[in-house]
Amino acid sequence: MEINGYTLATLKRGQKVVIKAINATDPQVQRLMVLGLVEGAEIEHASAALGGDPIEFRLFGCGISLRQEHARHFQVAPAGAGD
Amino acid sequence: MTKPSEIRVPASSIAVRRGVESRVAVVGSPNSGKSTLFNRLTGLKQRIGNYPGVTVERHIGTLSWKDRKTELIDLPGTHSLRPHSLEEQITVDVILGRLAVAAPPDGILAVLDATNLYQGLFLVQQLVELQKPMVVALTMTDAAIRSGIDIDLHALSEALGGVRVCGVIATTGAGLNELREAVTTIQDAPLPRKINVWPELEVAISGLRSATGISLSETECVRLLIDGITERNQSFSAGLDNEFIARLDALRLEFFAGQPPVAVEARIRYGWVRSVLKSVQQSAPKLYGWQSRITEFLNQPFAGTIGLFVVMAVVFQAVFAWATPLMDFIDGATATLGARVGDVLGDGAFSSLIGDGVIAGVGSVIVFLPQILILFLFIILLEDSGYLARAAYLMDRTMRSVGLSGQSIIPMISSFACAVPGIMATRVIPSRRDRIATIMAAPFMTCSARLPVYALLIAAFVPAQQVGFMNLQGLVLFGLYMFGIVMGILTALLMRKTALRGPKPPFALMLPEFRKPNLQTVFFQLLGRVKVFLYRAGTVIFSVAVIVWALSYYPRSDLIAPEVEKQRQAAAFMLSGEELAVEYARIDNVAAAAQLEQSWLGRAGKSVEPMFRPLGWDWRVSAAVIAGFPAREVVIAVLGTVYAVGDQADEGTLSTRLKASTWPDGSKVFTLPMVLGLLIFYACCLQCAATLAVIRRETNTWRWPVFAWVYMTAIGYIGAMLAFQLGSA
Repeated sequence: MEINGYTLATLKRGQKVVIKAINATDPQVQRLMVLGLVEGAEIEHASAALGGDPIEFRLFGCGISLRQEHARHFQVAPAGAGD
Repeated sequence: MTKPSEIRVPASSIAVRRGVESRVAVVGSPNSGKSTLFNRLTGLKQRIGNYPGVTVERHIGTLSWKDRKTELIDLPGTHSLRPHSLEEQITVDVILGRLAVAAPPDGILAVLDATNLYQGLFLVQQLVELQKPMVVALTMTDAAIRSGIDIDLHALSEALGGVRVCGVIATTGAGLNELREAVTTIQDAPLPRKINVWPELEVAISGLRSATGISLSETECVRLLIDGITERNQSFSAGLDNEFIARLDALRLEFFAGQPPVAVEARIRYGWVRSVLKSVQQSAPKLYGWQSRITEFLNQPFAGTIGLFVVMAVVFQAVFAWATPLMDFIDGATATLGARVGDVLGDGAFSSLIGDGVIAGVGSVIVFLPQILILFLFIILLEDSGYLARAAYLMDRTMRSVGLSGQSIIPMISSFACAVPGIMATRVIPSRRDRIATIMAAPFMTCSARLPVYALLIAAFVPAQQVGFMNLQGLVLFGLYMFGIVMGILTALLMRKTALRGPKPPFALMLPEFRKPNLQTVFFQLLGRVKVFLYRAGTVIFSVAVIVWALSYYPRSDLIAPEVEKQRQAAAFMLSGEELAVEYARIDNVAAAAQLEQSWLGRAGKSVEPMFRPLGWDWRVSAAVIAGFPAREVVIAVLGTVYAVGDQADEGTLSTRLKASTWPDGSKVFTLPMVLGLLIFYACCLQCAATLAVIRRETNTWRWPVFAWVYMTAIGYIGAMLAFQLGSA
C-alpha cells in the first residue's frame, strides 16, 4: 500500500487518532482487525518498548501492542479532524 | 471408531446421573474476569479433566442454587469464534459441539468485562447469534464506575436480543445471587432474538443451506464461509464432500468480492459494536488511581525494562532461596523415613524396594514441590495482575532477534525451575512453529534438578578463589546458567532457520490494566496447576525411580553377604562402641558398592565405559550417568552408592571420595577437564523422562521428543569430549 501521510507507526506518545484506511492483505493485520483495529476506531499512542518497538496503543481504554511492521499498514488521521 | 452421535448419548447421560440439570459453558474474552467468576460460582465443587487427544485441561464445576444443579464448563478465553490458538480452538469446538466426546452445552454464560465492552461485544454478538439459551455476566462493574463508565444494563440487554444481563462484582460477590438464579434457570428463559448484525450474510447462508441441503448449523456455515478450510477447523471440515466445498468456495468469491473475509467481518461486527456502545455507554473508560500511576511508570521504555528485570530477579530469588529450607526438610524426611522402613522391615528385596525404590521415588517428586509451588504462585500472580502480558511486550524485540516472540519468555523463565511446567506454558503461543521452537529450547534452561549435580561437582573440583568481586565457584555456576541460555537460544534460532522455517511469529498482544489479583482465583489456579504437575511429572518420575532401583538392585550376588558377615565378625573382635558402628557402616557401604558393581546397572556401566572413555569417565561415572537418564537428579544417590559412601551421604564425604577416585594405573579420574566436561554434559543432556513425556503430549507426536533427546545428548557428548580432550592435551 502506498503510504501517504500518517500511519500508526509514525505517532508520538499521547497522540490520538482515528484509523482511516487499512491494508488488510497480511493475515496478521487481519488478526489485529479482529482485535478491534478497524476503520473508524479511535486510538491513542500510549508507550513503546526499548528501541521504539513494539508500540502500545490504547483502544477504547484497553491496551494493545503492535509491532512497527504491522502498525505501518494502518493509515490514520488526527481525532476530531473533519470526517 | 464409533460415530460421534453414538458417543454423545452416554456423555449427556453422565450429567443426568449426577443430578445435574443442565450444562453451561462459561465463555469470554481473555482477561474478562472469567476464571474469577467461575471460581466464585462453583467454589470447591470443581474438577480438572482432559479433552481426549488435546492437551488443554478441562475445568468443570457445579453450581448449586435453590435445589438446582448446573454444571459449568470453564473454557479458555477467546476473542472471536474464529480460533487463533490451540486454546481458542478448544473453546470454539466445545461451544459448537464439534468434539465427539463432549455433548454441546445446553446454554452459554457469556462473561463481558464492563471496562472493555468494545472487544467483549465482538465475541458476545457472535454468541447471541448461536440462538442458544444465554446469560450475560457483566463483570468489573465497580472498576467501570470508578473510571467513569456508566452502562445502561437495560439498553445492553435489548441490543443483545433480550438476553438477561447481570451486573456483578466477582471480587466482592455483589450481584452473584441474581446471576446464580439466572444461570440455573437458563433453560426456562426465552431464546435470544435475532440481532441482525449482518443481514446480507444471513441471506447468503440460508441460500447455501437450502441449495446443498447440508445438515450443518447456521453458525458452522457462517464460519466456513468466512474462514474457509483452515488448520484450526480441519478436523471438523475434513468430512465435507467436494461438491459442498466447491459451492462454498464459489459463494465465498462472490460474496466477499476479493476482500479478505476476516477483515470484512471485523469491519461489520465492530461497526455494530460502535453503534451499540453509543446507546449503552456514556463515556470511554479512563485510567485511574494506582493503576494509572503504575502504567505511567512502566510506559517509560527504560524504566519498564528495568522493572521487568527486577521482577524476574525477585522471582528467581524466591524460587531458589525460599524453597531451599523446605526442600532440605523434605529431603531429610524422606531419608529418615527410608531408613526407618529399612530398620522395621530388615534387609531384603522388599525392604529395599519400599525404602530405596518407592519412598525415594516419591521423595524425588515431592522434593520439587516447594519450587514448583513458589514458581506457579508467582506466575499466576503476575498473570492475574496483568503483568505477564507486559513482560512479553517488553521482551518481544529481544526474542524476535532469535526467531521467537515475546510470548516465549514465560515458558523460558518457568523452565529454570522445571521444564515440565515451562513446556506446558507454551500453549498460549499461537504459531505452531514458534511453539515447537520454544519447546525445543526450554529443556536447555538450567532446571532445579541440575542444580544439585552442579553444586556437588563445583564444590569438589573448582577452587574457591576470588576472581575480582566474584568467587570462582559462583562464576562457574553463573557460567553454566548462561551456557544453558545460550544453547537454548542457538537451538531456537537453528530450528527457526531449518525445520521450523516460516513467517515471523505473529504478535498482537492485549495489555490488560493492572489489577489486584483475586486470592480465590490464585488459590484455585495454583491448586489446579500443581495437580497437573504431580500427575504429569509425578507418575513418570516415580515409575522410573522404581525401575532404576530394580536395575541397581538385581541380580544379587550370593558371595557378598558371607563376606560382609566375616568382616563384621572380625571388626567386632577388634573394635567396640562408636568405632564399631563406624566400621559396620563402612563395611555395609563397601558391600552395597560391590552389589551395585555386579548389578545390571553396574554391568551396563562397565559395558558402556569404552563409549565414555573419550570423555574421561570410568564405569562408575558411566553407570551413574546411565541411571540419571530417566531423571537426572538420581545421579547423586547412585554416585553415593557406587563410591561406597551410602546413598544418603553428605556432599563432603562424597566429594572426598570422588577426588580420591583413580584409574587402574593410578591416575585421577576426576581431573578438572573431565569435571568441566561432565558439567557441560549435564547442562545439555535431556536426562528427564518427565520432560520427554510432556513434549510428547504437547506436540502430539513422538518425533519431537525423540529428536530433542538425540540432539541434546549428542551436543552433551561432543561438548564433554571437547572439554576433556582439549583440557587434557
